[in-house]
Amino acid sequence: MTAPAGAVRNRPAPPPPATRPAAPARRPGARARFAAVPLVGPGALYITLLVLVPVALITVYSFFERGRFGGVVWTFTLENFARLFDPLYLSVVGNSLVIAAVVTLLALLIGYPTALMITRLSPKWRTVALIAVLLPFWTNFLIRTYAWILLLNNAGWINQALQALGITDEPISMLYTPQAVVVGLLYMYLPLMILPLYSALAHQDRQLGEAATDLGASPFRVFRTVTVPLSIPGILTGCVFVFVPAMSNFVIPELIGGGKTVLVGNLIRDQFLKARDWPFGAALALVLTVSLLLLLVLQSRLSKRLTEGKTQAEGKKVRRDA
Amino acid sequence: MRFRKSAAVLAGAAVTALSLSSCASSSSEAIDPEADLSEQSLVVSIWADYYPETLAEDFEAETGIPVTIVNHATNEEIVAKLTASGDPGIDVAFVSGQYAQALNEAGLLQELEKSLIPNEENLYPEALELAYDEGNVYSEPYAWGTTGLCYRPDLTGFAPTSWNDLLNPVPELEGKTTMLSTERWMALPALKVLGESVNSTDPAVLEKVKEQMESTKDTLLAFDDTTFYSKLVSGEAAMVEAWDGWCNYAIAEDPTVEFVVPEEGSDLWVDTMTVLKSSKNKEAAMAFVNYILEADVQKYVAESILYSVPNKAAIDSLDPALVEQFPNLALPPSELLKGETVVDVGEFGTEYTRLATEIMAAG
Repeated sequence: MTAPAGAVRNRPAPPPPATRPAAPARRPGARARFAAVPLVGPGALYITLLVLVPVALITVYSFFERGRFGGVVWTFTLENFARLFDPLYLSVVGNSLVIAAVVTLLALLIGYPTALMITRLSPKWRTVALIAVLLPFWTNFLIRTYAWILLLNNAGWINQALQALGITDEPISMLYTPQAVVVGLLYMYLPLMILPLYSALAHQDRQLGEAATDLGASPFRVFRTVTVPLSIPGILTGCVFVFVPAMSNFVIPELIGGGKTVLVGNLIRDQFLKARDWPFGAALALVLTVSLLLLLVLQSRLSKRLTEGKTQAEGKKVRRDA
Repeated sequence: MRFRKSAAVLAGAAVTALSLSSCASSSSEAIDPEADLSEQSLVVSIWADYYPETLAEDFEAETGIPVTIVNHATNEEIVAKLTASGDPGIDVAFVSGQYAQALNEAGLLQELEKSLIPNEENLYPEALELAYDEGNVYSEPYAWGTTGLCYRPDLTGFAPTSWNDLLNPVPELEGKTTMLSTERWMALPALKVLGESVNSTDPAVLEKVKEQMESTKDTLLAFDDTTFYSKLVSGEAAMVEAWDGWCNYAIAEDPTVEFVVPEEGSDLWVDTMTVLKSSKNKEAAMAFVNYILEADVQKYVAESILYSVPNKAAIDSLDPALVEQFPNLALPPSELLKGETVVDVGEFGTEYTRLATEIMAAG
């Protein structure tokens, strides 16, 4: 078994507070810049050591041949990238995309109403609800995964209860299927959807909705034309937060999927730890990293355009009104 | 072939290994039987939970040589560690036979100095003629065993005798069996049913294995090489492909569990002790290997980890009650050696990985 770190490693940086108007920029003087070193230093060091260096390593590795006992032989090759187009690996990638997309969509459908409800709570209960969302992170993720297995397996608590109550005669198979993998990933990453959504929704100006209501919009219309459009940056962030780690998780397919579903994460792990084929594993990891970076760029571009578009529209409106 | 869970232990072990790599003392290329062992200390890398807890203190108490035990989770991990750097700071590494073979071909292992390992005579004669290292030139066996079917008679309703009972199960067992997910052992049952070697390097044979496994996959509860015995104990599974030692873990919790080596045959795997060429404490390392081969010590190992050991003197002195509870602890070598020794298949190994991916992604 392996550390569940893969899920965390690929998590992108927190989103820019897109929904908030930027504070007026002040030109930092030389002294201010110097003072920033102790603040930025540790973070920069962390990112360099644990993100940039590994990414540089896999980039280099992916262009060379495999060593017999792992590692690389320094002979240049593009073979590792050619192998990505092998139908076997393409099917694994396709499968991962579908599973991650389904997980993201479900997380959005469940997470959005949840986040919206939390913003409507009183401040006290809001804190309680947010802690409840984060609570699972306090327990090791393997332990939580095993807990699911205890609950869901054919001889597990739920099936025992169902049979004891006479509701079913035969145990219902719930584990070790692609569907179970979706449920496991959804459980794991739902908080990563709820939090950015909550952040986007909580910062929305309530008065906008009230104004729309005053002008005769039905609650659904307010939701559709005011609440949702204003929360799109949060939606995009949440989707990236869920989609990215869902693609690269390899523990859930193994434990909850019974090893019968393969995601890109499993493929990469197997190249490094089983096939001793570091360069091919590096090529796979590189492709994953690059596509995720592209997703992040896309997400930030879209968010930016949306907020800018809004400001422009507002500006025009103000001018027209004047 | 052991897979242990704790990543934290590993991380800790890696740090310990790093911090200790500078502690080595004398540095001579050749073995010096007169070397002063009190000047030496050891770092031993072994699978977690695969040795008696008191091993380090016992060894130091007997020999005065301090030893630090670090853990690895898999063969692949320790091999990567050993090949990645010139001096990994490890003196003795425990690896499975086929990996010892590979490490030796990579020139990383020290030839054993038999005058320092007199306890080798405790081994079964057969344990000196294993295919991956005949004559135990660079490795000594630590534990060995085979792969078979571990099952609950109360759930299967019959005693399986063939790998076909697993590969093409009766309808009542569909969804109640598991197979190992590590590629060589995933392929083993089908290879044996086809009458092929467990070390086959024929792509056409692997193609046939794939066909069989794609239909078998639909009948499996899961591919699992870490929790299969608990699936058996909980009743989720009725029959699992298992290494004999892990089946003992199930037997320990549920005495009705049984283990059988199917009639088509199986493998003989051996976990070995090797001394690194880069070690600066080779004499102490030999002393460690020799210490393990002491009858009492290897007996204690077998009792602790519930895996059979290739040490005749140790097996002969096992408590009969323990043997009755765990019959496969005392599988005689004649029985074990019917199994084919797993050897390294070199470059062809990637084909097995690919096969496993194909099987697991199919469907």
